[in-house]
Amino acid sequence: METMNRDEMIALQGLRLQETAQRVYRQVPFYRNKMQELGLLPEDISGIGDIGKLPFITKQDMRDNYPYGLFAVPLSEIVRIHASSGTTGKPTVVGYTKRDIGLWSEVMARSLTYAGASKQSCIQVAYGYGLFTGGLGAHYGAEMVGASVIPASSGNTARQILLMKDFGTTVLCCTPSYALYIAETIYEMGLDPRKDLSLKAGIFGAEPWSERMRKEIEDRLYIKAIDIYGLSEIIGPGVACECECQDGLHISEDHFYPEIVNPLTGEVLPDGEKGELVLTTISKEGMPMVRYRTRDLTALNRSVCSCGRTFVRMGKVLGRSDDMLIIRGVNVFPSQVESVLLSLGETSPHYQLIVDREDNLDKLTVLVELTEDMFSDEVRGLEGLEHKIQGALAGILQVSAKVRLVGPKSIERSEGKAKRVIDNRKI
Amino acid sequence: MIIKQIAVFLENRPGKLAEVLGVLSKQDINLRAMSVADTADFGILRLVVNDPDKAVQVLRDASFAVKTTSVLGIKVSDKPGGLLDELKKLNAAGINIEYVYAFAASSVHDARVVLKVDDLEKAEQVLYSPDRVGDPADGPNFYW
Repeated sequence: METMNRDEMIALQGLRLQETAQRVYRQVPFYRNKMQELGLLPEDISGIGDIGKLPFITKQDMRDNYPYGLFAVPLSEIVRIHASSGTTGKPTVVGYTKRDIGLWSEVMARSLTYAGASKQSCIQVAYGYGLFTGGLGAHYGAEMVGASVIPASSGNTARQILLMKDFGTTVLCCTPSYALYIAETIYEMGLDPRKDLSLKAGIFGAEPWSERMRKEIEDRLYIKAIDIYGLSEIIGPGVACECECQDGLHISEDHFYPEIVNPLTGEVLPDGEKGELVLTTISKEGMPMVRYRTRDLTALNRSVCSCGRTFVRMGKVLGRSDDMLIIRGVNVFPSQVESVLLSLGETSPHYQLIVDREDNLDKLTVLVELTEDMFSDEVRGLEGLEHKIQGALAGILQVSAKVRLVGPKSIERSEGKAKRVIDNRKI
Repeated sequence: MIIKQIAVFLENRPGKLAEVLGVLSKQDINLRAMSVADTADFGILRLVVNDPDKAVQVLRDASFAVKTTSVLGIKVSDKPGGLLDELKKLNAAGINIEYVYAFAASSVHDARVVLKVDDLEKAEQVLYSPDRVGDPADGPNFYW
């Protein structure tokens, strides 16, 4: 599959897109309505070249169809449900059939293999297990490879290192910032990765990272650091992954068809041009996504890689076309903070998110402008308010945030609009 | 007597207190008493001034979060146990004191104290029994 020639790939993608168009038209009212609005029938899609006729789908559409509106099979066929943070209060829900889980395991297994994992490997999964797709996605892929899997989940760094040392972990899966934090802790514990650990490779994703970070991870842990890309809306981790050449991420394009569009106009851009990645799942059953606007900015490269694979490559993600932040691997939208503040009723809608990276861990501080209604002349009143906002934010964002009350009109406004995010991280 | 206290939100940043005092001094407002309750992130400045209404207005105009609170201003004899006698009365009446701070000294004979209590009316009754009518603290002179 990975080295299939371009013509065969195009034929396969065309066939799968036709099936997908049929399936969503028949099974999902959202897609049927959208296609009818355009006067489009599934039969109008006769090959991958016709993909541009189909309408886009966005995160907002997922929210409008919460929770199960975009499922293309009855709930009885769904064997797994994951969720990630939505742009406001409600999470984004995804459902998988048994075959989807198999497909996900397969693309994740491919990714692990790109990084050099095999039956002989001992793979430690330090992504969170739960609604977040990172943990279980990596886990199933690692099992499919036949490796010995250590489902460590995230956190408890000293124990992570103990497991690595005693169990002989050879491949580490986590976020790149957490990998750096682990590296730092290893040295603080007086251990030497070359002597005390057996690590050979790491597969890091769920947040953007630079070549500088890659070099730092590789130099400190003495491993090959591989970038992996994925998003729960499409399937989870394993949509694309670097090979040993570390020159772009191979997209598993037999399952996920990529396009690059101008984020403002939606116009499809030629290969090599930077724009927003749009992905279509062409073999997923539970919740097919047709032309999903990922908001991730990158470019495509269809030339054959030095590793011999023909799978199209996407560049490292360069940024976002919206204001989403990734904090400790978790997607955070400023609008989520706004909806929490509004739901509490007594707080002002003037807020600012400040993101710092201290000791390789992301720290989120939310400044909230105080109004006179919120103000109390007693310390415990204000502290109680801070705790209340903090608790409500943690529940929605799924990442902890420190709340700091600030004086009225103290948040910098540019052209009358408050500046919502200050990201001090140097990635 | 029941007096108006002004509470001002202060971010924990250098110069914030001076900013408030600057606004007040420019408008000829005189401070009678003040205290700052502080945490790691913010402080609450509590003030008693000669013209509370004007102070609230000018601080609001300068974008400060301001709140007025009714508190109790009392005069106590400037001698050992002077304040204790008054507190005992409140205690006996089951009144809880939320915070307290002392006034700037105004005379050699007595001291003035600001009390925030949970039952203001009752506290005033308890402290100002009929035999204390005519206490100088009852007059407008209290703000001197």
